[in-house]
Amino acid sequence: MSQTNPLQIEYNLKVVRQFAIATVIWGIIGMAVGVLIAAQLVWPELNFETPWLTYSRLRPLHTNAVIFAFGTSALMGTSFYVVQKTCKTALFSNKLASFVFWGWQAVILAAVITLPLGITSSKEYAELEWPIDILIALVWVAYIIVFFGTLVKRTTSHIYVANWFYGGFIVTIAVLHIVNSMAVPVSFTKSYSLYAGATDAMVQWWYGHNAVGFLLTAGFLGMMYYFVPKQAERPVYSYRLSVVHFWALISLYIWAGPHHLHYTALPDWTQSLGMVMSIILFVPSWGGMINGIMTLSGAWHKLRTDPILRFLIVSLSFYGMSTFEGPMMSIKSVNALSHYTDWTVGHVHSGALGWVAMITIGAMYYLIPRLWSQTQMHNVRWINIHFWLHTIGVVLYIVALWISGVMQGLMWRAVNATDGTLTYSFIESVSESYPFWIIRVIGGVFIVAGMILMAVNVYRTIRAGKPTVEYVNAPVAENNPAPATATQSA
Amino acid sequence: MDYITWRSFYTVLVFVLFIGVVWWAYSKGQKKNFDDAANSIFDDEQPSSKTNDSTKQESKNNE
Repeated sequence: MSQTNPLQIEYNLKVVRQFAIATVIWGIIGMAVGVLIAAQLVWPELNFETPWLTYSRLRPLHTNAVIFAFGTSALMGTSFYVVQKTCKTALFSNKLASFVFWGWQAVILAAVITLPLGITSSKEYAELEWPIDILIALVWVAYIIVFFGTLVKRTTSHIYVANWFYGGFIVTIAVLHIVNSMAVPVSFTKSYSLYAGATDAMVQWWYGHNAVGFLLTAGFLGMMYYFVPKQAERPVYSYRLSVVHFWALISLYIWAGPHHLHYTALPDWTQSLGMVMSIILFVPSWGGMINGIMTLSGAWHKLRTDPILRFLIVSLSFYGMSTFEGPMMSIKSVNALSHYTDWTVGHVHSGALGWVAMITIGAMYYLIPRLWSQTQMHNVRWINIHFWLHTIGVVLYIVALWISGVMQGLMWRAVNATDGTLTYSFIESVSESYPFWIIRVIGGVFIVAGMILMAVNVYRTIRAGKPTVEYVNAPVAENNPAPATATQSA
Repeated sequence: MDYITWRSFYTVLVFVLFIGVVWWAYSKGQKKNFDDAANSIFDDEQPSSKTNDSTKQESKNNE
């Protein structure tokens, strides 16, 4: 425990700081683009008659910005933090970690440039063209090396459960990305998928749903398993359950993709299999959700005073809600009503804004003061205001789209009893949806306002502090299994 | 082994492995290990407050 131990290793917190800042900035940009396209649905003139600002081009920009810029920056940053802290060692390679950060920002920048130009492979959530796909693959391989290299050189015997979830997310995304991005390039900016017809659709949704399952779920569950116990200051409710949770979740999720292709050219048995596996998936999802929320068991009073914990726990409630809703929507008869309507969009946002964004925001509010040698954020009351802005925004959004989604589904399937013709034309369902789309815009404005408040809070916190320099003692002897850490500002 | 036989075997294998994971996770012998693992994330908190002062000079040397 001697502090004069010469074998002290410095944690790489620089790359975590970079990713934390990137998370906040991309969060604002991605969500603001979302508000703009939501407003375009109500007021189409907002594309200003410019091809680059049309809904069709900005929509993939929005999804890429929130999933890959905001969400993945948060995952990369927190995974680098958690793997160092729980393995009690520094990152495998600082240079490679730096490459992961700058490489990933280059990918995002390329997306910001190419998508408004209309350069797209037109695969949902995988729109980026092949040169960018290759860069993604390179960055991801570097990410794998840094993360797993750190796990290998750990000084602890056990690998903490958060790392298992992060590791599952990292490996699976590599496989998904490479298989789904297989394409024949015809020019520098255009390629065609290697797969044809229904196979292409199945590969696309195998990718698409597992991006949800491993990036937007497993990765953020890794975040949950570290930051919820840390902020609650008590160990996770059941570590044993977390082990079963991990294996159940990763072995089931991979099968759920076909539920995106109900009543299509996909073979019927594949659709039914996807539906059954999606319903079974409810069990591990709720197992994990209960494990996270029950971590607070016996300390519920903390929710009254701690707005960061409120973000983290409410994110788990939204996770529970959307993982109940998802299996229901994967049932073919329910899907016949819900598919292609706003209900799906509402479901995605209850997961993305409720679960993913709230757990990320909570983790950032935990992390940022610690990365800049502060004990807490500049203004804790602002965190509480942000919590309410965000919660109100999400609730407005998903309730509005539930109503409009079910309404659209009912209008589209209504037929006149006398001659079997459709009761409503499509455009009638569009005009009936306007009030709900206005509510969605208002909800989005609440959310972006909260994010801007967060950015100001983060800026003030960083201004007041200095970058944290933190060391961990390298183990010099076997009888010193728990290295002490020391924090101090530079 | 043809494809169908292999898939059937694989399904049973994964099921048995999963039961094994559950059995292992909930076995009595593992309880202490898992409790330690669950608490391991708090290891960095106890010493830091006490050792803060003594590390100040040390860390300056390393910068």
